[in-house]
Amino acid sequence: MHPAYSVIVFTTASGAGYGLLFWLGLGHAAGLLPAPTWIFFVAIALSLLLITVGLLSSTLHLGHPERAGRAFSQWRSSWLSREGVGGVAPYVPAGLLALASLAGIESGWTQPLGLLSALGALATVVCTAMIYACLPTIRQWNLALVPVVYLALAAASGALLLACLFAMSGYSPGPVSVLALVSLAGAALAKIAWLKQIDAAGGDWTRRVAPGLAKVSIRQLDPPHTRPNFVMREMGYAIARKHALKLRQIMFAALFAAPALLLVLSLAVPFAAPFMLTAAVVSAGTGLLVERWLFFAEATHVSMLYYGLQRA
Amino acid sequence: MTSLPQPSSKKLGLVIDLDICVGCHACVTSCKEWNTGGHSAPLSDHDPYGADPHGAWLNRVHSYEVDEGDRTGTVHFPRSCLHCETPACVTVCPTGASYKRAEDGIVLVDPDTCIGCKLCSWACPYGAREYDHDDGVMKKCTLCVDRIYNETIPEIDRVPACVRACPTGARAFGDLGDPQSAVSQSVAARGGYGLLERFGYKPVNRYLPPRRKVSAVSEARRDGNSTSAAPAEPRSSIEKLFAWADRALSR
Repeated sequence: MHPAYSVIVFTTASGAGYGLLFWLGLGHAAGLLPAPTWIFFVAIALSLLLITVGLLSSTLHLGHPERAGRAFSQWRSSWLSREGVGGVAPYVPAGLLALASLAGIESGWTQPLGLLSALGALATVVCTAMIYACLPTIRQWNLALVPVVYLALAAASGALLLACLFAMSGYSPGPVSVLALVSLAGAALAKIAWLKQIDAAGGDWTRRVAPGLAKVSIRQLDPPHTRPNFVMREMGYAIARKHALKLRQIMFAALFAAPALLLVLSLAVPFAAPFMLTAAVVSAGTGLLVERWLFFAEATHVSMLYYGLQRA
Repeated sequence: MTSLPQPSSKKLGLVIDLDICVGCHACVTSCKEWNTGGHSAPLSDHDPYGADPHGAWLNRVHSYEVDEGDRTGTVHFPRSCLHCETPACVTVCPTGASYKRAEDGIVLVDPDTCIGCKLCSWACPYGAREYDHDDGVMKKCTLCVDRIYNETIPEIDRVPACVRACPTGARAFGDLGDPQSAVSQSVAARGGYGLLERFGYKPVNRYLPPRRKVSAVSEARRDGNSTSAAPAEPRSSIEKLFAWADRALSR
């Protein structure tokens, strides 16, 4: 599948934003975060900024961005529509929570707002992943592990951002760093399991069965057109196995290994934590972009069987 | 509304005879010609006379070399929207622009509400939808909805443009929900099949498989005869004469 940059930025930025919002909302509801201060406000603002950047980026990939509002209408059947509704809904409780912290209001009614924000963030990431996971035409995506990977990566990137924010504003990031470490480890495990799954299965659909003709084998003599059409450009994007393996290594180093190492170091050397956690955020962000690019580039679409792809 | 309507008894669709199709692409060009001015207008092209020509077309013809074990052959395979009974391209649409008509089962895109997110093209296993970069919306086969009910054109033209253009009669249009229709009868007689049925989208269009070739039939007969008794000698003198003429002309 063609990796569109707008969609890569959308899923990674909004994923990190919802991850951050999830931990903030949950922490606030449980009373585990430091009392609402300007840091809490900045953290919520950052999460909403990331979500906004992501959602705006997603509209860049539309043919008619000005009609994007129509996408809220078909939530009964469409995961993309659900993602749109879920994506915007958390602005309300999160915005109120941010205003309350700015005004210095401390009362019981902000806790349900935190819980609502966390639930909204969680539901939206599930919807984002389900846009891909609900498509049987793409075997690498049509797996139960896809929402798990999306959730774990959103949680990890959000926790990492929160740890970095805490360290930079003088709070001890210790517990949040541990949270980030645990969610990074979970995400790495889910990612490894997913990669094993897509590498093991060669694909149920073959070139032979697609036109329903041949008992033994089939070969394309003449393509329908001399140059690639939309279907081939969109669905036929392919990456060489060698390059994919190299990029997977880069992804694991940047997204999991380096941030985990930096998190451990920041726990051991607290005074250097702001620098180390900033480096961890930059590294994980880069790794996340590579991960999402590969998610698209390594996905094969059944329709390519008509154009000579062997299996999908 | 992208939730699917109640299944209709009328299921308009195409039946494509792969035995007859010669791969001339007349259906492809006449589809483009009609639809770039009809319901789907414009059907834009990019760099049409340059080095990298491409554009939105609603019908494509692949030519395959097919190996059936005992013989190989060339099959020309036209591919367009199959107007599935339970199409995923409709239910994934976030805006309701992609819809299935309750009255005749035709799957259409409303170009005024499509946001061009392309998710429907990802959901279609048949690669039947093509995005129009100029128009910013998805395009697909309309089964020439602007021809088949069009009372301003002669009755003979009230079939999809591809069917009207086919010089060999390889394409037929009709109601596949009616078992008595000509298309349903030919599907029943020839073992017509749908594409990638295991997806469960219940494609309406059917393909009629290529017939066994004449040489294959005669070879099978010869193989069968080698194990049985020799063919009976023609009895009357006129039959002998014809048998001699047949042998002489076959030399």
